[in-house]
Amino acid sequence: MNMKTLHGFALAGVAVVLLACAPLLISDYWTGVLLGMTGYVTLATAWALFSGPTRYISLATVAFFGVGAYTVAVLNEVMPYPLVLLCAAGIGMIMALMVGLSTLRLAGVYFVIFTFGLAELVRQTVSWWEVNVTYTMGRYIFLPFEGRHIYWQLLALAVVTFLISWAIGRSRFGLALKALGDDETVAAHAGVDVTRIKLLLFVISSTIITLVGAIQAPRWTYIEPSIVFNPTVSFMTLIMALLGGAMRLWGPLVGAVPLFLLFEWLSVSFPDHFSIILGLLFILIVFVMPNGVLAKIDDLRKGGRT
Amino acid sequence: MKNLFSEGGRMTRRLTTCAIAALSITAATHGVAAQERDKVTVGYAISKSGPNAGGADMTVTPNYELWVKEVNAAGGLKMPDGSQLPIEVIAYDDRSSAEEVVRAVERLASQDKVDIILPPWGTGFNLAVAPLMAKFGYPHLAGAAVTDKASDFVKRWDTSFWFMGGSEDYVSAFTEILVAEREAGRINDKIAMISVADGFGIDLVKAARPSFEAAGFDVAYDKSFPPETSDFATILNEAGNAEADTFVAFTYPPHTFALTKQAKIASYSPPVFYLGVGAAFPVYPKIADGSVEGIMSLGGVDPNNELNNAYRAKHEELVGRGADYWGSVLIYASLQMLEQTIERVGLDKAEIAKELSSGTFSTVLGSETQLEDNQLRAINWVGQWQDGKFVAVSSEGSDGTIQVKLPKPDWE
Amino acid sequence: MLEHVVNGLVLGGTYALVAMGLTIQYGIARIMNLGFGDMIIAACFATYVLFTTFAINPLVALLILVPAGYVVSDLIYRILMKPLVARAPDEGALEVDSILVTFGLLFVIQGVLLALFGGGYASYSFLNTPVNVLGTVVAGNRLLALVLSLAIGGAMVVILFRTRWGMVLRAVALAPKSAPLFGIDTDRAARTAFAIGGAMAATGGVVLSMFQTFTATAGVVFTMKALIVVILGGKGSVPGAIVAGLLLGLVETFVAAYVDPGLTLAAVYAVFLVLLLVRPNGLFGKA
Repeated sequence: MNMKTLHGFALAGVAVVLLACAPLLISDYWTGVLLGMTGYVTLATAWALFSGPTRYISLATVAFFGVGAYTVAVLNEVMPYPLVLLCAAGIGMIMALMVGLSTLRLAGVYFVIFTFGLAELVRQTVSWWEVNVTYTMGRYIFLPFEGRHIYWQLLALAVVTFLISWAIGRSRFGLALKALGDDETVAAHAGVDVTRIKLLLFVISSTIITLVGAIQAPRWTYIEPSIVFNPTVSFMTLIMALLGGAMRLWGPLVGAVPLFLLFEWLSVSFPDHFSIILGLLFILIVFVMPNGVLAKIDDLRKGGRT
Repeated sequence: MKNLFSEGGRMTRRLTTCAIAALSITAATHGVAAQERDKVTVGYAISKSGPNAGGADMTVTPNYELWVKEVNAAGGLKMPDGSQLPIEVIAYDDRSSAEEVVRAVERLASQDKVDIILPPWGTGFNLAVAPLMAKFGYPHLAGAAVTDKASDFVKRWDTSFWFMGGSEDYVSAFTEILVAEREAGRINDKIAMISVADGFGIDLVKAARPSFEAAGFDVAYDKSFPPETSDFATILNEAGNAEADTFVAFTYPPHTFALTKQAKIASYSPPVFYLGVGAAFPVYPKIADGSVEGIMSLGGVDPNNELNNAYRAKHEELVGRGADYWGSVLIYASLQMLEQTIERVGLDKAEIAKELSSGTFSTVLGSETQLEDNQLRAINWVGQWQDGKFVAVSSEGSDGTIQVKLPKPDWE
Repeated sequence: MLEHVVNGLVLGGTYALVAMGLTIQYGIARIMNLGFGDMIIAACFATYVLFTTFAINPLVALLILVPAGYVVSDLIYRILMKPLVARAPDEGALEVDSILVTFGLLFVIQGVLLALFGGGYASYSFLNTPVNVLGTVVAGNRLLALVLSLAIGGAMVVILFRTRWGMVLRAVALAPKSAPLFGIDTDRAARTAFAIGGAMAATGGVVLSMFQTFTATAGVVFTMKALIVVILGGKGSVPGAIVAGLLLGLVETFVAAYVDPGLTLAAVYAVFLVLLLVRPNGLFGKA
């Protein structure tokens, strides 16, 4: 580990400690904002973990997120909370393995549509199961958590996600990924086991996403499929990661934080025109910074030097 | 050692002084605020967009707006000392997302520090905000939320109030009517029942199955369908094959409308035709091309209640369209109760909650509206379209409301 | 049995009608238009206003709204899409860009509709008359959707495969890079295709509004249905869209009749996902 990485770690460590202490000083509302923001930072980073190097645009985020939340809703009265989280992670992992094995040979828009279809299929199946087999549609989660408890858990998960992302980027595996992103065929010829790497990334990313759903679920008290399988989650995650730049470690963070704050500001200041402004903003982003904020900053820097 | 002690003592004293000073400052500012208060802030988060917007826009939002308009036009909310304060509204859009509604309520409570928070639309969202309302001490007048667990919830959150009853109430009132009809020989003992696979539909169907069966009915067709369903040709076809005289559909407005249109096409007109949310909307007769006579649903109003008629006229005048015949009047009544409570006890949240649960109020529902165990029970459970009005009905031979008229005539 | 076939085909006709425009936009203009369903909803609301406020018959409204859909889509292509097409280094990049831009467009249309009409339900009754088809009674307005989709589909096939202009469009769809070498104005061809797709969205909206209850935010539902049909049928294939649309209608109807109405959508997605795995290029797509 060189000096620069050490500095980076020290800085990140201080930031995390400050963030962890924040709820003791700020109001419940701002804790809620931090909570939502941390949730999306984690989602976007986990999403980029798979979609960045493989360039597969996944809309299955909410499928895993929802499954995580539902697992907590079903199991929270049966077993202790840490075990529930473990179960959620396990279910997410198995689901990701199955989905990954069957779909990773699809490419381009077919994968996009497939993942969206998957999210809907899971939602429909859960609804049907609840209605016809267990006869319970809404489920209650009465766990003694307040906003800040959930926030701390999410923060811890975010840190873990960043560490994983960082470690992968540095390893030999990461080099293989770079090759994969540049040219899959070349990578395959160079002896990189493309499918296995993709699958592994998909499983790691999906497990983290499942956990985000599981941790956030107690915040809503009442769970039903239309609440936890809300497709907006998938879209928001995608946009945040793309805005920041899905190929970089800090990209999703750089995208998620300002976008989340912006959404928050818009819904406070323009509750009636949220959609229009959001849409225009989107179009603007595509036209002005197609490769994400970080790439744009790089471009500007280079432009300044030459 | 002694030194240390005295040091400690001095420390404590100093701290105490500081605390007292701080407290008195707070108290002073508080006092000033109370004296200089020139308005009452009322906040709410409601689904203005997303899948929930349709329901919220029909039943809840117009009544909030109507109430605020009326109160402000009359000079503002009356306070116990006789003064009047205008209402200022802070309204957010929860975009039909549970996380948004939770954060919006946190914002209203800890950022905007509003005096009153009005509830969102829907059972799920009311439950999502209930722990927060309780935590911040706001009285929670859950309006558009049908739940059988209200009596548990009032124990869990003792400042919560439930205004729309539970599925079992609606279903048992309806079963009573069916039993009377069967005894009169007008219907057979078979029921065809469909429900939307969503919170509302499932809750009702779960209550309906045992209720119908206990009354000796045979639920010959019993299916649920996904909320996105838009075509009911096959479902109605299969329901028709069950040869039941009673058709029950626990549905949301898009399904209710589509079912009505399809039933007309297929000339499916069983003696008892009972639909879910939407059949009590004022726009419904237009969708059914006028032939709504005899159709039944949840809710209903007493056409002889002058207060209610006046409210409906006012709604039409100030909102620009009619109120629905089920939830609207309950939401509006909850707001009237809130208004009268504030007039009696002021803006202290705990006092408001106490008065709401024990007081007697004059509302559109009647001059002596009261809550029982923090729940409104004076609700019309079953309604039927009779002569162009959706009226509250009860079984033949019972007294009180208007009697149900069955069998339903054929489609025009 | 026969009644389920009839009901299924009538339901599928709606899906086909909705999907054809999207398949042309996606297959020829190469724009993955996520705002497609919201354009349909916009047409629904326009018909609603024309009918309830100005008492204009929805069939007459077709004559107004279809050209309007064409013009508006033409403008959208000129303003939003053309710069993206010009800068895209390859097809994949254009796909991602068009997804993002039309996602923004989706919100803009939705926001405008919300501001104009609020979030409430809109519905009216027109042509809700029973029509007997082979012993099964179906609604006139739904039958109209089926007839229109077959007629428009047939016309499109004739144009695409029998006219010079159609050949140009197909050439652009197959080889956008080399088409200019043969003197084909790819920009114009793509713009025309996108505009035709918009006109078809308007057609779909007008017909749908006759029987479906809609809200300002319901567009996504139509986009998703249309997308499934498009991918199933093979992108850019009009016959594929019709066959896939009818197939979905049949699947839904048969599942509702013989399995469980609660599983109709799950079945649709299952069929879709399985087919996607077996034939990633769709029923009529080229491998």
